[in-house]
Amino acid sequence: MVSENPHLGDQQEPMQEDSDTRPLSITSRRGPRSLPPIPSASRTGFAEFSMRERMREKLQAARSKAESTLLQEIPTPRPRRLQSPNKRELETEFGTEVRKAGEEVQRTQQDDFQSYSRVKFRDSVQKIKPKLPVPPGFPSAEEAYNFFTFNFDPEPEESQEKPKAKTRAGTNQEEEEGEEEEPPAQGERRTDEEELLSAKDEEDFLLGLDHAAEDFIAVRPAEYESVHVRLQMERELLFVPSRVTVPTYKKLPENVQPRFLEDEGLYIGARPEVPRTCQNTMENRLLTQEPGRKWFGDDGRILALPNPTKAFPSRPPVLTQAQDIKAELETLYKKAVKYVHRSQHMIGSGDPPGNFQLDIDISGLIFTHHPCFSREHVLAAKLAQLYDQYLARQQRNKAKFLTDKLQALRNAVQTGMNPAKPHKSLDTTQKAINEYKSEIRQTRKLRDTEQEKDRTLLKTIIKVWKEMKSLREFQRFTNTPLKLVLRKEKVDREADEAAYEAEIQAEISELLEEHREEYEQKMEAYRAAYQQWKAWKKAQRAKKKKKKQEHPVEEHPDEGLEEPYPGEEPVKPVPPEPTDQALVEQQVRERAARSRRRPGEPTLVPELSLAGSITPNEQCPRVEVLRREDVKRRSIYIKVIFNDKEVSRTDSRPLGADFRVHFGQIFNLQIFNWPESLTLQVYETVGHTGTTLLAEVFLPIPETTVVTGRAPIEEVEFSSNQHVTLDHEGVGSGVPFSFEADGSNQLILMTSGKVSNSVAWAIGENGIPLIPPLSQQNIGFRSALKRADAISSIGTSGLTDLKKLAKWAAESKLDPNDPNNAPLMQLISVATSGESYVPDFFRLEQLQQEFNFVSDEELNRSKRFRLLCLRSQEVPEFRNYKQIPAYDREILEKVFQDYEKRLRDRNIIETKDHIDTHRAIVAKYLQQVRESVINRFLIAKHHFLLSDLVVEEEVPNISILGLSLFKLAEQKRPLRPRRKGRKKVTAQNLSDGDIKVLVNIIRAYDIPVRKPTASKFQQPSRSSRTFSEKRAASPTTHSPTHSVDYPLGQVLVRPFVEVSFQRTICHTTTAEGPNPSWNEELELPFRAPNGDYSTTSLQSVKDDVFINIFDEVLYDVLEDDRERGSGIHTRIERHWLGSVKIPFSTIYFQAKIDGTFKIDIPPVLLGYSKERSLIIERGFDSVRSLSEGSYITLFITIEPQLVPGESVREKFDSQEDEKLLQATEKFQTECALKFPHRQCLTTVTDISGKTVFVTRYLKPLNPPQELLDACPNSPQATAELVARYVSLIPFLPDTVSFASICDLWSTSDQFLDLLAGDEEEHAVLLCNYFLSLGKKAWLMMGSAIPEGPTAYVLTREQSHYLIWNPCTGHFYGQFDTFCPLKSVGCLIGPDNIWFNIQRYDSPLRINFDVTKPKLWKSFFSRSLPYPGLSSVQPEELIYQRTDKAAAAELQDRIEKILKEKIMDWRPRHLTRWNRYCTSALRHFLPVLERSRGEDVEDDHRAELLKQLGDYRFSGFPLHMPYSELKPLIEAVYSTGVHNIDVPNVEFALAVYIHPYPKNVLSVWIYVASLIRNR
Amino acid sequence: PWSFPGAPSLAMTAAGPSVFLLMVNGQVESAQFPEYDDLYCKYCFVYGQDWAPTAGLEEGISQITSKSQDVRRVLVWNFPIDVTFKSTNPYGWPQIVLSVYGPDVFGNDVVRGYGAVHVPFSPGRHKRTIPMFVPESTSKLQKFTSWFMGRRPEYTDPKVVAQGEGREVTRVRSQGFVTLLFNVVTKDMRKLGYDTGPPDTQGTSGPSPPQGIPR
Repeated sequence: MVSENPHLGDQQEPMQEDSDTRPLSITSRRGPRSLPPIPSASRTGFAEFSMRERMREKLQAARSKAESTLLQEIPTPRPRRLQSPNKRELETEFGTEVRKAGEEVQRTQQDDFQSYSRVKFRDSVQKIKPKLPVPPGFPSAEEAYNFFTFNFDPEPEESQEKPKAKTRAGTNQEEEEGEEEEPPAQGERRTDEEELLSAKDEEDFLLGLDHAAEDFIAVRPAEYESVHVRLQMERELLFVPSRVTVPTYKKLPENVQPRFLEDEGLYIGARPEVPRTCQNTMENRLLTQEPGRKWFGDDGRILALPNPTKAFPSRPPVLTQAQDIKAELETLYKKAVKYVHRSQHMIGSGDPPGNFQLDIDISGLIFTHHPCFSREHVLAAKLAQLYDQYLARQQRNKAKFLTDKLQALRNAVQTGMNPAKPHKSLDTTQKAINEYKSEIRQTRKLRDTEQEKDRTLLKTIIKVWKEMKSLREFQRFTNTPLKLVLRKEKVDREADEAAYEAEIQAEISELLEEHREEYEQKMEAYRAAYQQWKAWKKAQRAKKKKKKQEHPVEEHPDEGLEEPYPGEEPVKPVPPEPTDQALVEQQVRERAARSRRRPGEPTLVPELSLAGSITPNEQCPRVEVLRREDVKRRSIYIKVIFNDKEVSRTDSRPLGADFRVHFGQIFNLQIFNWPESLTLQVYETVGHTGTTLLAEVFLPIPETTVVTGRAPIEEVEFSSNQHVTLDHEGVGSGVPFSFEADGSNQLILMTSGKVSNSVAWAIGENGIPLIPPLSQQNIGFRSALKRADAISSIGTSGLTDLKKLAKWAAESKLDPNDPNNAPLMQLISVATSGESYVPDFFRLEQLQQEFNFVSDEELNRSKRFRLLCLRSQEVPEFRNYKQIPAYDREILEKVFQDYEKRLRDRNIIETKDHIDTHRAIVAKYLQQVRESVINRFLIAKHHFLLSDLVVEEEVPNISILGLSLFKLAEQKRPLRPRRKGRKKVTAQNLSDGDIKVLVNIIRAYDIPVRKPTASKFQQPSRSSRTFSEKRAASPTTHSPTHSVDYPLGQVLVRPFVEVSFQRTICHTTTAEGPNPSWNEELELPFRAPNGDYSTTSLQSVKDDVFINIFDEVLYDVLEDDRERGSGIHTRIERHWLGSVKIPFSTIYFQAKIDGTFKIDIPPVLLGYSKERSLIIERGFDSVRSLSEGSYITLFITIEPQLVPGESVREKFDSQEDEKLLQATEKFQTECALKFPHRQCLTTVTDISGKTVFVTRYLKPLNPPQELLDACPNSPQATAELVARYVSLIPFLPDTVSFASICDLWSTSDQFLDLLAGDEEEHAVLLCNYFLSLGKKAWLMMGSAIPEGPTAYVLTREQSHYLIWNPCTGHFYGQFDTFCPLKSVGCLIGPDNIWFNIQRYDSPLRINFDVTKPKLWKSFFSRSLPYPGLSSVQPEELIYQRTDKAAAAELQDRIEKILKEKIMDWRPRHLTRWNRYCTSALRHFLPVLERSRGEDVEDDHRAELLKQLGDYRFSGFPLHMPYSELKPLIEAVYSTGVHNIDVPNVEFALAVYIHPYPKNVLSVWIYVASLIRNR
Repeated sequence: PWSFPGAPSLAMTAAGPSVFLLMVNGQVESAQFPEYDDLYCKYCFVYGQDWAPTAGLEEGISQITSKSQDVRRVLVWNFPIDVTFKSTNPYGWPQIVLSVYGPDVFGNDVVRGYGAVHVPFSPGRHKRTIPMFVPESTSKLQKFTSWFMGRRPEYTDPKVVAQGEGREVTRVRSQGFVTLLFNVVTKDMRKLGYDTGPPDTQGTSGPSPPQGIPR
């Protein structure tokens, strides 16, 4: 033993190695262990570490014990060797953490076994079964480790070499492992088994060990293992299971008979197929293991699940090999499955659908005529027919019956005449006798005809027989076996004669009586008639006399009226003649002789027999032989047609010589429905050539009572219309032939015959007739379709039938209670009750009515349906209607009110909103234009181009390709900051309150400041100044004097900003001074009209955001100076200074508005003046001279950001040249490539929706002469006046009027007619005026604030350019910093378009010289010269002078309305109007108009002060173009004048309208509040 | 006498419901795009004017998934859908529109398929396999450049695949399938007179066989 320390050091290393490989060793023996897993993160980490720790501890503790054990053993590097196979298995085996722990124990066990199994291993190998006794001292873990450590005593180098040398041992082991694959599974939870297995392992180890012991000798011979030894060894090691079949008893427990479940009737699945030998091997192997029998079932076979493999592949066929499918597919014959028809015709759903059966018995066929008939046959057929008739008559014997009846009646009359029974009343007797007599008459007549018929029939029979006999004699052969025998029956002549005579006498007497009665009746009638005639004659005579006296002329017309017998003139009646007895007798006798057997004449009874012999063929002439042969060649069969479908056919039977065919076949038809038709088709086959349809026989469908067995054989006749001519004795069909030699008396016979058949319902097994239910019959099936419309669905043939049927049913007096008649009665009731009316029209969609679930009226009444219809028609009111309620009752009537009102008002011109009629007409016209454009657009919207649907990159040209390639090479700059866009919201799911308008008020410049409170001494000097002085005096010159007025430290102005939007008002805090800075954010909620947040709806919002600037003024209201010490009483007043108005649509389209805007300050602001040049130096002042005014810096946006509606690409048709259009597209794309954000406009849409080239809009147009005359000397003044005129035309954005549709350009005359338009129209008109004034002018497309993309006008003066805002009339120099136009996209002249290709687009930095192609890209150039496009503008504009009276009237009305409004806005205060002030203001407004709002303040103020001396006055004039009333009201409201609530306030309001030509009105509103100074 | 705040008033419930509800949940399960990998998908619902979503997400974008390594080569997203609609009218029944995107050889994100299917009408569990398609380039040259530039033709709005209007101007190529699983629950449909369920009151039917080409 060496010292501990090196030991430890040594040990740790191998151990470490070992722990790496440990999981592998485990896997070789997969015995389940129940050791808890060691949770370890990594194999070599924690597990290894803990192992070492444990080892170290245990090493110490168990050293002594281990030493003693070790001494007995040969120290071996066993564990080392164990590693070798494990290492080898590294790739394939898998180890788990659990195993790792288990392995530890296992190893100890192994090693422990090693120690004692050496002694016993021979035993253990030899006996496989016996248990290996568990050693008493089963080693504990400590011992195991101990042992383990000692194994490593040998030199590490050696032990490392060892594995390589011992590969054989390794392979050996591997084999063993292979063997052991099965047993571990067997030994679940059986430690015994495990031990056994481990012991087996040991053998191997021990064997290896023996050799290993020699390894300690340094020099040794080459290792050799004799074959013998090896075999021996293997025999001991290896178990080779035998292939011999194991006898059953071995596999079963003792004394148990095998039990075969299958024989007991239990199901046993098919076992998987395993070769017999494999099975035997397996069985043998299992038996050698301990609990081997548990693997065997009761039948002594290995337990096995049924074969899981499917017999067929479940993989679907590969589709690509389509051609192979056919080959692979196997067609399977499947018997046709009966389609159980859910009888469509069935109504009574209670009737069970079943199989019904109709038996058709076709017994035979007889031809009454056939083309092959010889003449004799024809006669024979005739004879047979007659004889049949005779027999039938004889059977009925009608004549006899009638004779008897007659006799009985006569007797009755006799007894009635001689009343033997006196109790009968005379009346009834007489009546009965009369009835009898009439019956006798009837019966006699019938009897006579019957007797006559009998007689003639007999005569005919005899005649035909005679003919036949003569024919036979003539042709010298006999064809038919017919033979007629007449049997004479003797009669008693005497009795016969007496009876005959008696009969005649009776008849005569009766007749005479009859005649007598008749004569009497006639006499009676004659007498009555004669009387009448006489009376008439008399009256006639009297009248004639009368008339002749009075009105000889008017005789005739009156005659008819006064006649007792209106109508014709009665004839004089003729008296009837009495009957002649002799004549009657003669008649009777004649008749009797004709119809009756003479007395004494024997009765003839014909008897037809087939006893005659037919002449054999040899004796017949050739033609007859041919005929007979022809007959033989023919055969007949019959097809059974059921419901127009062939269901079966009979065998083909040869035609007999007697022209009879016997079939005798019964067909059973299995049916589901009541049969509609049943037909037999008779076919004839001649030889082998052809089959011809001879005839169709229609069979009646049997009554429900007719069942098989009870049905009589019926003969149904048929006939064919075929024409056959034969070249032999046969007479043919349809061709004339004659019996006479001379060919006279021709006959034409058609093929005809009789089919004897019977049709009956079959009887089922249980005796129930298989008849379809009654309801399914004809009637039922018809009414099932549709009660009301049955006829139209069946067709006209059914209709006629029905009519006839009803008629017949009514006439035939059917018993309505007979169940047999029930369906018929039902039909009749339906037909007669009118429920089924007979339409006399044809309907294309017969069943449409069936699909209507409500009537049309009801559907039209439905509000929901109406709403749905209107929405789908895209009616504007309903286009975006969401969630149409599910029920009518939830739809309010008012939903439709607007729509209906609009429809009503379409043609009514509403003057209420517009006051002046012209504008009302214009508004109406605009509305109509809008509608038509919208309709056009809606149609165009449904027409798509590829680019509407698919985004596709253009094919790039080389420069762009190069650019993009360059971009690829560009350095990526991940740190480059990018502005992140706000999230955009689609407007679909928004509701009220979701959208807010954010207004950020930043600062303002140059707010007007208060003037010092009026100092009385200054006034006179002011007021004395003349009007002309004012112009001359520059405001700047006043400034110094003003400044003097300001006391030091006094607040100049205290402005605050109030933002109002949709009547919601927010205001900022109050700032101080003329250049205030607020920097406040105001939030205003936004409500969409009708809660509709769709894009189209939002685009059409017309609301404006008003930004008003007020001055907050504090007034001391303390009236008593003594209280000043104790309290402050001030009143806050606010004075309106100006406003900025921004339409919501602008905000919506721009998403944000950011900039400095000019405040719209009224021209006269009493009490305020611009604080100017006080601080500013003069030099700078001159620069700003053009831009005087106040400015405010704002930022407005919508939160959340809304996605603006895409501007719809105009898809309208055009009348422009196709080349030009292509050029415009090219131009635009080129421009867009270079400067995608610059506006480039080449084509626009005109008001009728057509695309027009834009230059066509520009053309010199004359401005109103009135304006030209105003300042004839100053072109600049004229230009300004014209610009003002244009700006006075109201502004109406296209997007509002044509919501989201497109930009429509109207021509200038249309614009002036409409008196509304947006920037383009204003700009076009202004440009055209300038052109006509001789200026060089262009339309300038660009973007400005706040409008966004807009149109301005550029003019070129002598040395500089001027930019005109057409909507305000203001103009700016090119270098004016306050010019609202911020970028220029293109210039449009009357003959060309120039696109700005300069680097900058701000008007300050660009050159407007369009002749430079480097700066301006022109549309028409040398390559595409200007083609000289005609203008769309009119030749000349015609201006009507506006009616001044109408303007004055409008002025009064506006004033009145505004006053009312102000009073309405002050519901809690009294509103007093200062009439004096109002009139003063009214006089002042025209002055303002004349001066165009320029500074007239001072004079005005002075004047006012003079007039209203002791009033504190606050007010201002508002100026705007007139469009309609609403904007005016809004503007007045926004000033907040009405908000003053000082108790003694008075108001003044004056309106002035200045008419310009063409109904352009300039409106001035002066609104003021006055407070009396105390 | 008393009622819960927020509960529908008694009068309203007595009068019967005025809307019906359609709850759809399920998932965009997987896709088969034999030629492409690393795809993600977007879904959104298209529905008529009478429909309004009441709960859940009507749009979604999934993670990027790679092909499975086994032979099936499926792209599994298992991306949940859960949305509830209310409506008064079955017209405009919701459709789910799927669009699948993924990188092309140059790494550009291009569209790999569009598809749409109606949400099943009847309550229960439904599996749908939607064949997908993409718009084709108008010419060979376009095709090449779009391939080269990585800007394949795309629909301006994926929702066009849920409508029939204007489709006649496009040409598409089909590629791939997406499998969707829907669990549909409806409420008050029958009360409003719309019967979409199976005739018996069992309510659910077994998973219907997937449509289209067998997988």
